[in-house]
Amino acid sequence: MTTITNSKEEALIIREQDVVPLRNRVKEYGVKIGMSILNQTKLITATSELVRNLLKYGGGGKVIIESVSNGRDNGVRVTFIDNGPGIADLSLAMKDGYSTGKSLGLGLPGTKRLVNEFDIKTELGNGTTVTITKWKNG
Amino acid sequence: MQNNFLGGLKEHENRLLTVWSQLLIESGSDDGAVEEEESKEFASLFLSALATLNGRFQDSQEFEKVEDLIVGISTSRGKRGFSPRENAQYLTTFKQASSQILSELITDSENLYQANLELNAIIDNMTIMTFEAFMRGREDIISRQVDEISEISTPVITVWEGIVALPIIGTLDSSRTQIVMENLLQQIVDTGSSIAILDISGVPAVDSLVAQHLIKTVSATRLMGAECIISGIRPEIAQTVVHLGIDLTGIITKASLASALKTAFDMLQLTVVKRKLV
Ligand SMILES: Nc1ncnc2c1ncn2[C@@H]1O[C@H](COP(=O)(O)OP(=O)(O)O)[C@@H](O)[C@H]1O
Ligand SMILES: [Mg+2]
Repeated sequence: MTTITNSKEEALIIREQDVVPLRNRVKEYGVKIGMSILNQTKLITATSELVRNLLKYGGGGKVIIESVSNGRDNGVRVTFIDNGPGIADLSLAMKDGYSTGKSLGLGLPGTKRLVNEFDIKTELGNGTTVTITKWKNG
Repeated sequence: MQNNFLGGLKEHENRLLTVWSQLLIESGSDDGAVEEEESKEFASLFLSALATLNGRFQDSQEFEKVEDLIVGISTSRGKRGFSPRENAQYLTTFKQASSQILSELITDSENLYQANLELNAIIDNMTIMTFEAFMRGREDIISRQVDEISEISTPVITVWEGIVALPIIGTLDSSRTQIVMENLLQQIVDTGSSIAILDISGVPAVDSLVAQHLIKTVSATRLMGAECIISGIRPEIAQTVVHLGIDLTGIITKASLASALKTAFDMLQLTVVKRKLV
């Protein structure tokens, strides 16, 4: 299934104050395609988790927001890119409750449950890229 | 070499002031400002610094004083209502006036070019500094407002004897949680309350960080010997929290402030009854 991008924008995330504006922007993308309140909430909560990880562990980075469609449905895709230390043990990081930061350890596994597509690429010393997609009817 | 030419401006200070004043009036960004002491002081200090310049202006202590002065002037002009554009014009017109005088003083075109180049570098640098000062001023205002907002938006309300409520509006980031928690705990002590209601109707999203902060606040309340109820959990928030995997069992949660109040009344063994008509 090919996915096409209808519109796209980038945001630089360097401090905690950047979290709320980004979340609002992502929400606007959801509103524009008529996403339900429940799916909007899931999408912005997932965004919130990943952008906090990008700040806390990745030392900041770049976020790409896209409005996408696959022929059957429209959706919002968000990509989080950092050049931080990367994740040493990805399968451990994806487990509920695992955290190296004294927090709940639910960001990565929880986000995966909140969205329709979840992709993570990480390399030690070379950063982490997480891409999520939430479909309007997904 | 060009320094000497710029230094020559000092001898034409009064004429420069006249030309500058004219240009400022024409640019529309003047309210007789050039008549004011500060402009004369600036021109005088600036031209003296040029006259004694020996080497790079970036290294000159004289120029540091000029830069401090212009930053001060543009800050005070900013407070008097001048826009950043008008502040920049204050300097660009000064540059134009200086250039005009220079073209009368210097006949050799190569020398004139060099002198203008140097003048441009100096004034442009100052213009940037005034912009930076303007931005800093704005940032100060913004950060002060952020502090104020986070304080005013966490009011603790005594809804009944023994019951306090705290409506949270906006995002619960780490710094706000600290304020919320301190306010709440203080009010519990001050009012001798045994029940606190934390209403999150105005919180747009509960992610794991916000949840962690909520859980912490509940634990702290309990440590004080009071019970904490979280209300205003909208259906979409409830579902999202469950998918995220956050465990709120052990915390009393209610959909609305009204139902939280009802629970609180029950806990205090209070009943609200409708008066019977006789
Ligand atoms: N962008 C990232 N860069 C490096 N490490 C990360 C990144 N995101 C997550 N991690 C690692 O994965 C762990 C789990 O992340 P998460 O599930 O969000 O839980 P938490 O943020 O509560 O620790 C983190 O503790 C951290 O070690
Ligand atoms: Mg996390």
